[in-house]
Amino acid sequence: MSFVTVENVRKTFEDVVALDRLSVSVEKGELFGFIGPDGAGKSTLFRILATVMVPDEGKATVMNYDTVHDYRQIRQVIGYMPGHFSLYTDLSVEENLQFFARIYGTNIEEYYDWIKDIYEQIAPFKDRLVGDLSGGMKQKLALSCALIHKPAFLLLDEPTFGVDAVSRREFWEVLKRLKSEGLTIIVSTPYMDEASLCDRIALMQEGQLLAVDQPEIITAQFENILYAVAGSPRYRTLQQVRSWDETLRAYPFGERLHLVTKNPVDTGQLKQRLESSGISEVTIESVAPTIEDEFIALMGGYHGK
Amino acid sequence: MENKVIIVEDLVRMFGSFTAVDHITFDVKQGEIFGFLGANGAGKTTTMKMLTGLLSLSGGGAKVAGHDVQTEPEKVKKSIGYMSQKFALYDDLSVWENIRFYSGVYGLTDKEIQEGGRAMLDKLGLGDVHNQLIGALPLGWKQKLAFSVALLHQPEIVFLDEPTSGVDPVTRRQFWEMIYEAAESGTTVFVTTHYMDEAEYCDRIGIMVAGKLPALDTPARLKQQFKSKSVDEVFVKLVRDRQKK
Repeated sequence: MSFVTVENVRKTFEDVVALDRLSVSVEKGELFGFIGPDGAGKSTLFRILATVMVPDEGKATVMNYDTVHDYRQIRQVIGYMPGHFSLYTDLSVEENLQFFARIYGTNIEEYYDWIKDIYEQIAPFKDRLVGDLSGGMKQKLALSCALIHKPAFLLLDEPTFGVDAVSRREFWEVLKRLKSEGLTIIVSTPYMDEASLCDRIALMQEGQLLAVDQPEIITAQFENILYAVAGSPRYRTLQQVRSWDETLRAYPFGERLHLVTKNPVDTGQLKQRLESSGISEVTIESVAPTIEDEFIALMGGYHGK
Repeated sequence: MENKVIIVEDLVRMFGSFTAVDHITFDVKQGEIFGFLGANGAGKTTTMKMLTGLLSLSGGGAKVAGHDVQTEPEKVKKSIGYMSQKFALYDDLSVWENIRFYSGVYGLTDKEIQEGGRAMLDKLGLGDVHNQLIGALPLGWKQKLAFSVALLHQPEIVFLDEPTSGVDPVTRRQFWEMIYEAAESGTTVFVTTHYMDEAEYCDRIGIMVAGKLPALDTPARLKQQFKSKSVDEVFVKLVRDRQKK
């Protein structure tokens, strides 16, 4: 049996369907990512796995324990970092860590080696109140608190949300190291560029899974042909490209825009077409799709075009 | 000469002995989309608060829409629109009540509110839901609506603080198209984001590191200057450099 299983789980809040009969499983030792925007249902699913919420229908298990009936056993083996900071802002850094150690029946020293790498980055501020910490530091403390009882399974709900790009990179390096120590990790994120850092991902939207697989297999499923187009001025370039018959859809993508077509197109001819309508600095080249391109395709396109 | 709508000169803000904003200088031209990036705690929010007339300066000066932020903060507030991801609209008011409230705050007449508000809802395709509570709308709709509301009094500059956080990839791009449209019609856009691909959508960007502004240029030229493939790489190089010191 898989390390984590979710079978036909449904959860509603009044007339909002947060999880719509969702099924997925995660294997031991995997770094598994749920990727999707706010409102996709990620936090609801995580709360069910963390045994703090009960599904309306279906069932979920963690290490063969049922999340409803065997919640006590699951709570011993899980390290859960909720989406909003779970720390006490009126306690100091060290007091928070002590608190979490104690409720898990341990102390800071017993598994200190386990959190050393992360905690030592914030240890110089151990007497500071958590309310006065920066976002990146809070995130490191929250992870330390989730790890202090040496769990077998880490459940991290949007640990990098609102955190700057550098702190995000550091955080993912920590996750990789924890994974190499044998931990099973489930993480959620709204940042599509973090998908490639996971072993497998689930793309999530409106309580359903759009796709579940290795990131490279998901991008390989992109059905159409993708070009990156640059031109100045940019907004007019986008409007022009969108007006073409060949265009299935076109949308901004970083410094360029992405053009999706059903069949290969003559890029030289399209370049000329843009230039003749007064657009300068035109380049068009075929590019490989990213997770975000596939996500947009699975969401059913863009502007209906 | 190009019209500069934000002029920042040697701006400083101290909190006790801590220098949150450390002598920064830059300007933003009319109709420009200016991306303002930085690590958590780099001084972005403090700078934004000074530019929007909400926080006094410790040194230097800034003019926004022709008004001095220190001596004429009320005039500054009237000339700008502001929207943040954390708080943009009142969840327990309806769509229309929010429009009326914000328009009223900015001193629009009833006639202007009726006409402007209706036109805006039609354009967004939200006419049918004008009586719904904001709290019941999907995040993407809320953010698009909040942006339009911030533009209702036709400000010269609109400040957007992480407007697309947590929004799905399609809505995020539709939001940016609204930004392009506003900029094309002459509104200046000052925007912060943690999505590095969005930094590439900007005409120019400034990157704050530890209170200073070590990078200020177009995304293309910054990538050249820092020999990087993306703004993300530029950003990481700048912050790591600083950490080494």
